[in-house]
Amino acid sequence: MTRETKLEAYVFRLYVAGNAPNSLQAIDNLTQLCDTHLPDRHEIEIVDICVDPGRALAESIYMTPTLVVVSPYPGHRIVGTLSNTEPILQILGLGPANEREFPGLKDRNSAPQVRRPS
Amino acid sequence: MKSAPVNLVTATPTKAPTGITGLDEMTGGGLPRGRTTLLAGGSGSGKTILALQFLVNGAQRFTEPGIFVAFEETPTRLIANAETFGWNLADLQRQNKLYFMDAQPPHDLIQSGTFDLGGMLAALGAKAVEMKAVRIVFDALDIVLALLPDAAAQRREIYRLHAWLLEHEMTGIITLKADGHQGGATSQLFGVMQFMVDCAIILNHTVVLGVSQRNLRVQKYRGSSFDENESPFLIGRSGFEVAVSRTLGRGQAEVTNERVSSGVERVDTMLGGGYYRGASVLITGFPGTAKTTLSGAFAEAACERGERTMFVSFDSDSNEVIRNLGSVSIQLNRFVEDGTLNMVSARTITGSAETYLVRIKTLAKEHQARCLVVDPISTLSKTGNELTAHSVAERLIDWSKAEGITLVCTSLLDEMSSQSEGGSPLQISTLADTWIHLNYLVQAGERNRGMSIIKSRGTAHSNQVRELILSDAGITVTDTYSAGGEVLMGTMRWEKESAERHANEVAAVAGKLRSAKLEAEEAELDARVKALQVELAARQTEKELLARSAAIQERESSLGRDRVRELRGTDDVPDTTSVKR
Repeated sequence: MTRETKLEAYVFRLYVAGNAPNSLQAIDNLTQLCDTHLPDRHEIEIVDICVDPGRALAESIYMTPTLVVVSPYPGHRIVGTLSNTEPILQILGLGPANEREFPGLKDRNSAPQVRRPS
Repeated sequence: MKSAPVNLVTATPTKAPTGITGLDEMTGGGLPRGRTTLLAGGSGSGKTILALQFLVNGAQRFTEPGIFVAFEETPTRLIANAETFGWNLADLQRQNKLYFMDAQPPHDLIQSGTFDLGGMLAALGAKAVEMKAVRIVFDALDIVLALLPDAAAQRREIYRLHAWLLEHEMTGIITLKADGHQGGATSQLFGVMQFMVDCAIILNHTVVLGVSQRNLRVQKYRGSSFDENESPFLIGRSGFEVAVSRTLGRGQAEVTNERVSSGVERVDTMLGGGYYRGASVLITGFPGTAKTTLSGAFAEAACERGERTMFVSFDSDSNEVIRNLGSVSIQLNRFVEDGTLNMVSARTITGSAETYLVRIKTLAKEHQARCLVVDPISTLSKTGNELTAHSVAERLIDWSKAEGITLVCTSLLDEMSSQSEGGSPLQISTLADTWIHLNYLVQAGERNRGMSIIKSRGTAHSNQVRELILSDAGITVTDTYSAGGEVLMGTMRWEKESAERHANEVAAVAGKLRSAKLEAEEAELDARVKALQVELAARQTEKELLARSAAIQERESSLGRDRVRELRGTDDVPDTTSVKR
């Protein structure tokens, strides 16, 4: 795993349980999210608990799928299929909420269009 | 007498013993092996402790390693809490016999879409294989289930868990917060779980008049008989303890004919030799009738025989008891010092009657007591414990019998209750083997202590009311005097006694006098008899002499006549008439 530090790289670790449907769905959703909002600025590591249970135990991951944000906002965990992107974007500082809360702050790259899944 | 708490339960193919006093008896050997047990109860009802103890005992006593999945508390806290029960979890963890999985949902957990417990189970499966775990606990499953979006998802996870448990053939406990009567999601979950599991145990925690009462009930147990009643339990010093009445079939204590002294010689005599070893003795009486003193005497006598004794005092502080008993020359201090006697001031134990019982049992076991005094047992029925007190007293007696401990308990009768014997408040008088009743008799301006033996199974005993006298020299029991159908005590008894003594003395003196007189008369008669005999002898001699002299005279005179006849030459018949002067 290499880290590109020059341009705020987003590093994710996704814990899945084998070929469980929700795990596969999470992988899809995460890939899609990254491609949409963080093109070329992300790294994803997928940990299959069925293959490597020790890592799950070490990190106390017990719900699958679980997404762990390694960088730049470490410590955040998002549980589920990641079908609802809004909360994820919020904690990644990419959500529209940031703008609403701090309208004067034009910080990061242009706020992405968020499609709310119904 | 049993020494260390021996675990009589052994692991069987169908049951996994919990090692928890009482629970194994109720379930006939433990939880269903390889199956799941649901442990439900309100918060603070002791679910976590029971579940943890199941694992600890499994690891320590039955070589069955276990995994604890903590959804609600951090393992660090659990381990720290467990230290207070003296379970050395750190050691078990090092030996890889116990593993804690911190499965708390992080407080900053963000949810996006559905999830399941598949990952956790996969990880647990690997861990279980690695450490050969046989037992597993999922503590507070409701916490994680609450994160699931709907009831269907919750049910799905419950079934997933169940399937996993069956697949791994692990004996599992799932704890769930549920009050049973409370509606809503939890009770729905509860229903699903109840149906799914093979065994369900409900813990109940209520407060009756400010006293906490804990109860445990086995609600279902597939494929096994079980004790269906709600049993009180306690979270004591060493963990869980469930109170069950003596189960039938358990080895009865040996019955002996050995007698132990009551500590008062004459009471022993009244009982035909003392209490039976292993008997339970009840001493009832109003306040101040020397119940404590009598039980203190028993304790002292037991210690003098070198038997380990425990004295539980609910009323006063141990030192006070020792001091007070010292005033009637019952010296207990020496035995406390050499360790024979353990004085327990139970005022320091607070809580339910159940708590008292368990503490008494634990302390008695620790002390290896052969004799036990509980003074007074009626404390058990204090406010808030009325319902349980009787059963507790019953179990105390049962237990002491089973252990072969001679139990003396006093019971305070209400001053307001009738002056007649009456039943003791706990109605344990029927259970006790020997019942001694102490009473006041108010008479002639005095209040004196009366003692009577109301019953004593299997021993001849005196039917008389005796007077109990406490003095510097100790306790004595005196005969009482009955006069005009009334028992005399105190001064009246003393007066009666002294009058009797006086009368006896007078009679004795009179007797002596009379006998002296008779002796004198006898001597006089003797003397007279002798004098008469002498006189008689003299007369007889005189008479003899007279007869002889008469004969001589006769002969002489006859000779004379013959001579005359000769001289005269007469031939006439000699004259027979003697010549008399």
